[in-house]
Amino acid sequence: MLTTFAKRTILATAISGLLSTGALAGSVEVLHYWTSGGEAKSAAVLKDLLEKEGHEWKDFAVAGGGGESAMTVLKSRAVSGNPPSAAQIKGPDIQEWADLGFLTELDQVAGNNNWDQQLPQVVANVMKYDGHYVAVPVNVHRVNWIWANPEVLKQAGVDEVPSSWEELIAVAPKIKAAGFIPLAHGGQAWQDATLFEAVVLGVGGADFYQKAMVETDADALSGDTMVKVLDTFKRLRPLIDDDAAGREWNIATAMVINGKAAMQVMGDWAKGEFTAAGKIPGKDYVCAPAPGTQNTFTFNVDSFAMFEVSDAGDKQAQADLARLILEPTFQEAFNLNKGSIPVRTDLPMDKFDSCAKMSMNDFISTSKQGGLVPSMAHGMAVPSAVQGAIYDTVTNFFNSDDMTPEQAAEKLAKAVRAAI
Amino acid sequence: MAAHEMTQSAATASISDDATAGTEPVRRGVGFGERVQRLLPKLVLGPTMLTTLLFIYGYVIWTGVLSVTKSRFLPQYDFVGLLQYEKLLDNDRWGVASLNIVIFGGLFILICLGLGVLMAILLDQKIRAEGSIRTIFLYPMALSFIVTGTAWKWILNPGLGLEKLLQDWGFEQFTFDWLVDPDMAIYTLVIAAVWQSSGFVMALFLAGLRGVDNSIVKAAQLDGASMPTIYRRIILPHLRPVFFSAFIILSHIAIKSFDLVMALTGGGPGYSTDLPATFMYTTAFSRGQMALGSASAMLMLGVVLAILIPYLYSELRGKNNG
Repeated sequence: MLTTFAKRTILATAISGLLSTGALAGSVEVLHYWTSGGEAKSAAVLKDLLEKEGHEWKDFAVAGGGGESAMTVLKSRAVSGNPPSAAQIKGPDIQEWADLGFLTELDQVAGNNNWDQQLPQVVANVMKYDGHYVAVPVNVHRVNWIWANPEVLKQAGVDEVPSSWEELIAVAPKIKAAGFIPLAHGGQAWQDATLFEAVVLGVGGADFYQKAMVETDADALSGDTMVKVLDTFKRLRPLIDDDAAGREWNIATAMVINGKAAMQVMGDWAKGEFTAAGKIPGKDYVCAPAPGTQNTFTFNVDSFAMFEVSDAGDKQAQADLARLILEPTFQEAFNLNKGSIPVRTDLPMDKFDSCAKMSMNDFISTSKQGGLVPSMAHGMAVPSAVQGAIYDTVTNFFNSDDMTPEQAAEKLAKAVRAAI
Repeated sequence: MAAHEMTQSAATASISDDATAGTEPVRRGVGFGERVQRLLPKLVLGPTMLTTLLFIYGYVIWTGVLSVTKSRFLPQYDFVGLLQYEKLLDNDRWGVASLNIVIFGGLFILICLGLGVLMAILLDQKIRAEGSIRTIFLYPMALSFIVTGTAWKWILNPGLGLEKLLQDWGFEQFTFDWLVDPDMAIYTLVIAAVWQSSGFVMALFLAGLRGVDNSIVKAAQLDGASMPTIYRRIILPHLRPVFFSAFIILSHIAIKSFDLVMALTGGGPGYSTDLPATFMYTTAFSRGQMALGSASAMLMLGVVLAILIPYLYSELRGKNNG
C-alpha cells in the first residue's frame, strides 16, 4: 500500500524524468529490410535500446527483393523531400547518396566514441564521404566461406576440405564416384558471382582482386591472370549438378545439410540454415575459408546511412541511434541473431560459435596485414551498374558452352568500361 | 489529341448551353436537364482522361527525357544526347533480350492463335459436355502468371518434374531439360504462356463462331462446299475482327511478360531468357542505370508502335470505309 504522498512523489519523479529526457528526445524513422525472423528480432533489440534513451522509433520496414523494394521506396521519399532519418544502405551506394547531398555528417558522434580506433580502416572508408562519417556499420559478413558436410567427405575418401581450387577439382571425381554432388550451388547471377569472386581471390590473390574487382583496372580485367581465373571458374561447372538453374541459395545449403552434396561456397548467412537444422559447427558441418583464400577476407558490411534532418530533437535521436549501433550491447545481440560478426574488433567473442570466432580472428589479422577486401558480388566494391555488368558477363560465361576464357575476359573488360 | 478535341468540344458545348439558357429563360428547366445529360458523360470520363494523360502520356514523355540524360539511380538532367542508346545497342544482354522477345512473342502469338482456332472449331461441333470442357480450357486464364510460372518451373525441372517422372516409370532414356539449357530455356516460356492463354483465345473464337450467320453456311453446303472449304473460305474470313482482337491482346501479353519470366526462369540460366521488360526493370531499378533503362523502355515503345500503327491503320480504315 502506498500513501498518497508516496504516489505523488513517484508521479512527480516520473514526470520530471520524462521532462529531463524530453528536452532532447526526438524520433527516428528507420528504413530497413530486416523482416525475416532472426533479422526482425535483431532490429527489435535496437528499437528497445533507443526507446530506453527516451526517443521514439518509427519502424519503416520494407520487405522483399534483398532490399530492392526498400531502395525504391527510399528513392521516392528522398525525391519528394521527405527522407527517413536513417536507412539501410551499403557499399558505394553510400557515396552516391552523399554525393547527391542527402546525408548528414556524424563526425561528432564518431569522435566522441573513437570510431576510428574501433573500426578497421578499410571498413571505415566505406562509411566516409570526403573524410566525414555519413554512415554507421552494423555487422560484418564474411563471404569467402566454404561449408562442407564431413560425413560426405569421409564416405568419398576425402580427408579434409580442399585448400585450393585445383585440389577441389582434383578430389571432385572421388566425391562423384561415391554418389554425391561435389559442389552445391544455385544458378542465379549473384550466386555465380559469389563463387566467381572467391575464385578471383583464390587464384589471383588479394592484390589482383583489389585491382580487378575494386579498382576495375582494364588490364587486370582482360589480362592473363583473369583468363586463368575464368578457366578455373569454368572447370567448376561440372562439379555442380545439372538442375542448379534458378535454385535458391538456401536450397543448395539444404543439399549439404542433407548429405546430397559435399560442399557449398557461400557467405556466413548460410550458417543460419545449419543452425536452424540443429547442426553443430565442427561436428555436423565444417566451415573453412573458400579454397585458396586462407589469409584473405571478403567483407559484406550492412550499414545505416543517416539523412539530413532539421528538428533538434530528431537530430539528437539520430546521433544516439548512431552511437547505440556501435555499442557492445547491440553489436553482440544483433550479430548472435544474424550469424555475422561485430564490426568492432575490440569486443569479447565468448558467446559466439567457432565459425564466428575464426571469422573474427581473420577479420582482425587481415585488417592489419592486408587481405581484407570488399565483396564485389554483394555490392561493397563497385557501384551497382558496374556490379551488374560483371554479373552479366560472369553468369553468361558460366552457363554458355561456346565462350573461351579469353573471350570472356575481353567481354568483362568491355562491359565494365561501358557501365562506368 | 483525341482528349484535346474532347475537352474543346466540351467547352463549346457548355458555352452554347449557357447562351441558350440566357436567351430563353422559359425553357430553363428542360435546358438544364439536357445540359446535365449532355455534360454527364464528359464529367464522368474527365478524371479518367486526365489520369490517362498524366500517368501514361506524361510519363512516356518523362521517360523519353530521362533516356537522353545521364541519370543514375535518381533522375538528374545533364543531357548527353543519344549516348544511352549507343550503350544499349552495344550491350550483349539487350541483344539477347531483343532476340528473345522476337522468338517468344512470335511463337506465343502463332501457337496461341492456331491452337485457339482449332479448339474453338472442334468445340463448335455440337459435342456433349461442351460447357465443362470449355471451362477446363479456359481455367488457366484465371491463374496469375506467377502461379503458372512456379508450377511449370516444377514440372519442367529435370530433377523434380516430368523428366524424373518418366524416368521413374522406366523410360530411362527420356530427357527433357530445356529449363536448364541456356539455348532452349526461352521455349519453356512459350510452353507455359501458351498453356495459360490458348484457352482464352479459344473462348474468343468460339464466341465469334457462334456469331457467324448459319444461313450462309447452309447456302454453301447446298452449293456442295465441303466443311474444310466452308471453314477456310467463309467462316474464318468472317472471324477477321476476332483475329484482330486476339492478336492485339496476345501481343501485349507477350510484350509486358515479366512475372512469368521472373517465376519460371528468373531470366536464367545466365541471362538467356531475359526479355526487354525484365532488362528494363533490372537496369532502371536494381542497377541504378535509370537513363539506360529509360532508353530501353523507349526502344520497346518504338517497336510496339512500329508494329501496331500500320496494323491498326489498315484494320480501322477498312471499318470506316465499310
